[in-house]
Amino acid sequence: MTVIKTRINRRSFLKVSAASGGGMLLGFSWLASCDPKEQQDVKEPPKEWFDINAFIKIGDNGDITIFSPNPEIGQNVKTSMPLIVAEELDVDWKDVTVQQADLNTVKYKRQLAGGSQSIRQGWKSLRMAGATARKMLLEAAAKQWKVEVSQLSTDKGRIIYRDQSLSYGEIAAAAAQLEIPEEVALKDRKDFKLIGTRVKNVDGSKIVHGEPLFGLDYQAENMLIAMIVHPPAFGMKLRSFDHSSIKSMAGIRDVIQINTAPEKVQWSDVNAFPDLIAIVGETTWQVMKAKKALTATWENMTPLESSTEHDEKLTNALAGKANIMRKDGDPDKVFKNASRIIEKTYSAPFLGHNPMEPMNFFADVTADKAILVGPIQTPEFLRSSAADLLGLSEDQVIVKMTRMGGGFGRRLYGHFGLEAAKISQQLNQPIKLIYSREDDMTQGTYRPAYKVTYKAALGENNELLGMKVKGAGLPGSPLFPNRYPAGTIDHFMIESVDVGTNISTGAWRAPRSNFIAGAEQSFLDELAEAMEKDPIDFRLELFDRAIKNPVGKDNNYDAERYAGVLKLVKEKSNWGTKTPGIHRGVSAYFCHNSYVAQVLDMEKTGDRLRIKKVWCAVDCGIVVNLEGAENQIQGGIIDGIGHAMYSNIQFKDGKPLQENFNSYRLIRHAEAPLEIETFFVDNGIDPTGLGEPSLPPIVAALSNAMYQATGHRYYNQPFALAEQGNSIKIG
Amino acid sequence: MAAYTINVNGEDQKVEVDPDTPILWVLRDHLQMIGTKFGCGIAQCGACTIHANGNAIRSCSLPISAVGDMKLTTIEGLSKEKDHPIQEAWLAHDVPQCGYCQAGQMMSAAALLNRNPSPTDEEISSAMNGNICRCGTYIRIHAAIKTASQKLS
Ligand code: FES
Ligand code: FES
Repeated sequence: MTVIKTRINRRSFLKVSAASGGGMLLGFSWLASCDPKEQQDVKEPPKEWFDINAFIKIGDNGDITIFSPNPEIGQNVKTSMPLIVAEELDVDWKDVTVQQADLNTVKYKRQLAGGSQSIRQGWKSLRMAGATARKMLLEAAAKQWKVEVSQLSTDKGRIIYRDQSLSYGEIAAAAAQLEIPEEVALKDRKDFKLIGTRVKNVDGSKIVHGEPLFGLDYQAENMLIAMIVHPPAFGMKLRSFDHSSIKSMAGIRDVIQINTAPEKVQWSDVNAFPDLIAIVGETTWQVMKAKKALTATWENMTPLESSTEHDEKLTNALAGKANIMRKDGDPDKVFKNASRIIEKTYSAPFLGHNPMEPMNFFADVTADKAILVGPIQTPEFLRSSAADLLGLSEDQVIVKMTRMGGGFGRRLYGHFGLEAAKISQQLNQPIKLIYSREDDMTQGTYRPAYKVTYKAALGENNELLGMKVKGAGLPGSPLFPNRYPAGTIDHFMIESVDVGTNISTGAWRAPRSNFIAGAEQSFLDELAEAMEKDPIDFRLELFDRAIKNPVGKDNNYDAERYAGVLKLVKEKSNWGTKTPGIHRGVSAYFCHNSYVAQVLDMEKTGDRLRIKKVWCAVDCGIVVNLEGAENQIQGGIIDGIGHAMYSNIQFKDGKPLQENFNSYRLIRHAEAPLEIETFFVDNGIDPTGLGEPSLPPIVAALSNAMYQATGHRYYNQPFALAEQGNSIKIG
Repeated sequence: MAAYTINVNGEDQKVEVDPDTPILWVLRDHLQMIGTKFGCGIAQCGACTIHANGNAIRSCSLPISAVGDMKLTTIEGLSKEKDHPIQEAWLAHDVPQCGYCQAGQMMSAAALLNRNPSPTDEEISSAMNGNICRCGTYIRIHAAIKTASQKLS
């Protein structure tokens, strides 16, 4: 048992009156609660609710509502975060109703979906919320029974004293009046009843029955539909438009120009096109038709870029001067004296995020209030930018989060929320802004395009003397200087060049790692081959060095945990045994605080390649929800394979050439691996995130297996792009 | 604008819309049936899949003028008691991640099982190839279809 100080801010315990507590739920019933119960018993709704703390509300009939603080983008936090609270509260999951909390920075910390951090950062506070509430309920019961708290125990939402018991609901009113305890005890891991089990998605039933959940499904009275028209190319801006051409079209109410640049620009305000045309009308189809018919003229602001020149710029950058980000030993010297140098260059294009639900947001802005509802990974940042843009104070801006039809980083950048707000304000009218797929794909915050060169110096006996890595990004750098293999090689250097671009870019599922893991782990594979070593043994040798005698001080990984997942996947996949027709690739990576190693089995029959199975070992500490965890791992693997194989955004004169799914390829059903088996390391360490870590390494497990199957090394993504001479088909 | 009567989930619905209005938007904007999703608008992603006379079609690319007396079924009407074997299998396998593509996936899967209650792996893969899932839930979708198929046959 761990005893922790609660240090709870008094203000976070807003004692809402029972009536307003109940009423609050009704007002937003479309957003409302979802019930993890498979079969719902008919039970009287509670007459009164008691707010025990910011996360927990208990009804007098024993119903429990747990608020899920963070935005849900499919990473399943709406199930796993409340599950952690329920564990410490010690209730039956069947009695729990989960409700998405609104943005409230007084009650909650870090209401953000990104970086696979929700569980890692929420772990302690969620447990504390549950444990604190449980302790208050116990204290209230002890008072009522006139016994010591230590004589009581809890089980499934009931407090037990000898042969008597009462439900949390019966004592909630008294508990809500108590002082918050200064310390609480957290459960021992062996006493967990919920954490580590398989729990289904709390929104599952709504999803499979087509009930409203997503931003696009949001409806409000008198709401009109809005769409935007943005410049056709990066580097262009709006000159003029002719609204007479569409003003008279059926259902069209208004055509206006908006500017959505907030005065104080935050990191989340990435947006290449602050000046837009907005068309507002009665129905989506009417607005879509008007959007097509609108004529507008644009002018050049900055040079219009093309993919051929992007590629040249990256190549030139790698040939020129760069920033040294890390240097160990004397790499120049060992390269001069090397018997052999192996040098390989890897590249990856811009990528769109393409969550299946296109960007959208509802806004109802009046003189002194703005209500913004929709899918957003960064509600807090949207609120402050919206307040700035609209000339309101932050507490006049209410942000409500809907379930998101995917995000992958796209919805960190809330310009669509600002656009909705501005349109609503200018027209004094509640509107829902909807992007078409084309709007979404051509006004992206794309994954930057990258190129990196790995060089290894080998000695006379084929031993590894040194390594140099030089990377360039459009924009930024793909490199993390202190990640593996830093720390394992005596003479080592990392250099970066940031190549500027006017294409808007941003975080995309596992930023930088999504490219560099594939490059690094492909290079290590090629290096192991050159050194005539087994690729797993070679990696383990490097880890061994990092464990026993690391080079440098700032190595940003735990070599034992890293080696641990590699050993686990080696054992589970029976690495080393040969199956006819099966070709294997291995890869391992550490990012977002979790360690992942994978073996990919590729079957080749004639010309046909098929991914038979992916074996995946994961060290993310304690697994909160096994079902959700496996789903995330599978998703990351399939997503990673798909983007490495097929996806690509190219530009011609500033214009994205891929606009929709007829030209932008995402992985499809028949191309997915037939099986993915996941093995979690059981070490009891506090949990870390899972939304991203399984994606980066799979790129190299794939390319390394493809090499075994075809005899070709794949250096440039997307691997299946015929123009690169890499024509290959899976499925 | 023209007046149409279309049959959705067994009920006749009257709407007044432009003849080129895709059924997707008739459902979502006029009939407030928002279970059918918009993903691409060009018959490439499958998010908007519904049934027309039992066959899977992309509602974003079916104008109301072409519907005539087709019997349309949406996710809301897939089962009366919310217990279509596909829906139950989807819950049992905990298929959804974000969930946005899943109505379309389930409608494609249900249409497949309508005409072929025991599809092979290859038949499942080819029938489901028109439905994109950006979250990558394909393995679970595949397994759920097999479970539902077992129940049906
Ligand atoms: S929205 Fe109809 S197929 Fe994509
Ligand atoms: S579950 Fe998110 S797109 Fe399929």
